[in-house]
Amino acid sequence: MAGPASSLVRRARSPAPGRHLIAEPRWVRWSLTGLVIAFLTLFLILPLVVVFYEAFSQGAAVYFNTFKDPDTWSAVKLTLLTAAFAVPLNTLFGVAAAWAIAKYQFPGRSFLVTLVDLPFAVSPVIAGLVYVLVFGRQGWLGDWLGDPKYPWPHWVGFAHGWPLLLDWGPHDRIKIIFGVTGLVLATVFVTFPFVARELIPLMESQGNDEEYAALTLGANGWQTFWRVTLPNIKWGLFYGVILCNARAMGEFGAVSVVSGHIRGQTMTLPLHIELLYQSPGTYASAFACATLLTLLALVTLVLKSFIEWRHARNQPAGE
Amino acid sequence: MSNTQLVIIPSPVPARPAPPGGFRAAPIPTRRVLPGFGLTLGYTVLYLGLMVMIPLSAAFIKTAHLSWAEFTAAVANPRAIASYQLSFGASLAAAAFNSVFGLLVAWVLVRYQFPGRKLLDAMVDLPFALPTAVAGIALTFLYNDQGWIGRFMAGSPFWIKIAYTPIGVWVALTFISLPFVVRTLQPVIEELEVELEEASAMLGATRWQTFERVIFPVLLPPLLTGFALAFARALGEYGSVVFISGGLPFKTQITPQLIYEQLDQYNYAQATAIAVVMLVVSFLILLAINLLQRWARQRTGVGVTQN
Repeated sequence: MAGPASSLVRRARSPAPGRHLIAEPRWVRWSLTGLVIAFLTLFLILPLVVVFYEAFSQGAAVYFNTFKDPDTWSAVKLTLLTAAFAVPLNTLFGVAAAWAIAKYQFPGRSFLVTLVDLPFAVSPVIAGLVYVLVFGRQGWLGDWLGDPKYPWPHWVGFAHGWPLLLDWGPHDRIKIIFGVTGLVLATVFVTFPFVARELIPLMESQGNDEEYAALTLGANGWQTFWRVTLPNIKWGLFYGVILCNARAMGEFGAVSVVSGHIRGQTMTLPLHIELLYQSPGTYASAFACATLLTLLALVTLVLKSFIEWRHARNQPAGE
Repeated sequence: MSNTQLVIIPSPVPARPAPPGGFRAAPIPTRRVLPGFGLTLGYTVLYLGLMVMIPLSAAFIKTAHLSWAEFTAAVANPRAIASYQLSFGASLAAAAFNSVFGLLVAWVLVRYQFPGRKLLDAMVDLPFALPTAVAGIALTFLYNDQGWIGRFMAGSPFWIKIAYTPIGVWVALTFISLPFVVRTLQPVIEELEVELEEASAMLGATRWQTFERVIFPVLLPPLLTGFALAFARALGEYGSVVFISGGLPFKTQITPQLIYEQLDQYNYAQATAIAVVMLVVSFLILLAINLLQRWARQRTGVGVTQN
């Protein structure tokens, strides 16, 4: 978007000491900077510090014993499993949606963008609720799913302690709500727009010229996508995926509604944290589990900074 | 299959071979040269329909089965109204607070150099990345009466209880909606035309006058967009509030907590009715955000053409 000239202008615009005309007086700068540092420390840094402080407040033994608990492990496994389904589903959707929306003009396009954004505006609790209405015992599909007359194949059930796609309730009834499938669906809903939102503006700004060139040179659609489009969007895609992943693993409200809170079976890590936090005397273990998710968040932020750094470095060369 | 389309060069030259039978003439033939439109749009609409639209419509259909009296009893009872007041009040307060401080943070991060600037800049996204449950227990531990900040506030001459009060709800909502205003304003401040500020200064304006009359009008549309985004996010928030609020009906129970409680007691119809009210409000906010962004694009679009 920005041409070479404007990128030069931008470089010149970065705060330079000589520009006294457009600089605030020193006392204003210092007090504003101080205020911002104080605000961000209070609201961002302190919550981070308190997680690690409380996790080790009863000693390292309590911290490490938390991870010897089989319930913690089952929560970690379930969290990984949920993300392993939800993130690829939303990534595939995000790429398809971005291709359709960014590469073409069609009637209803901006309406479609709004619909893609919709899950951002819906409360996680409502996201869980609507799946209960569809799949719950009294829901639309409740009777059909729960009827033993329909022979659901068993190979989709449990395998070696890793539940695959579907759970089985009593009497061979398929279980979506209060089962793993419900957790995956709720997570998909909550993290629905992340990849698409990251890719749509990126692909719009890149335009179609390179794709046209590839097609002109004889590439087919898939070749164009894999060899031209994908390399161009890979960092944006990567960022969308890690953000989607962070939210998928940390989702609380929606999975809380559909989980049923069965210890060792349908407790994801955030739900396990809630349980430990509310049980008497195990708050240090709750914070110990929270350190895992906090580290995930910090890794996400580091990767994001890395991507921005790479992008900034590549930008002038690309122009 | 679409080989005939592939060789068409997307040039302004309208000449193209006559399409084979069954090819519908598009209004502008060069538009859909890229293959995959049908596949990607079809998949997008299908997935969106299955994952989002059908489940959401379930809420509206379920509520349509209620009579008007049942509906108003579910959504306008005193407990629900108290929860709306808290949810809207605390979300508005959090979004307003974040508008002021978000503007400050964005300005300082873009315009000033100081040690740790890059680190703080990266940390602004923390509320996006940190799971809400973790934020919830961390904030509760900071702000309860024995916590690092709560103890200080409770011990001070102005005795303020934060956790398990509406102020605690506000603290949690402020935390989770913090990045929105900053992240909407930052790119706009980076792109501000310094020449305009210089001209304003040359014409004798003080720095404050320049800010008020030259800079702020440009920042207003993104500021409002950020405010609306923060408000929408705060309104639906559940995970971080549930720990710090305590969830006392009439006092510290936000609307998502009320919905959750109704669900827990198998009052699906009531829960869904309240959810529909929330959904309608969310749709309206989303609509407002879209209009705001269109407005912002028009305003900044003027600046771009002048450039």
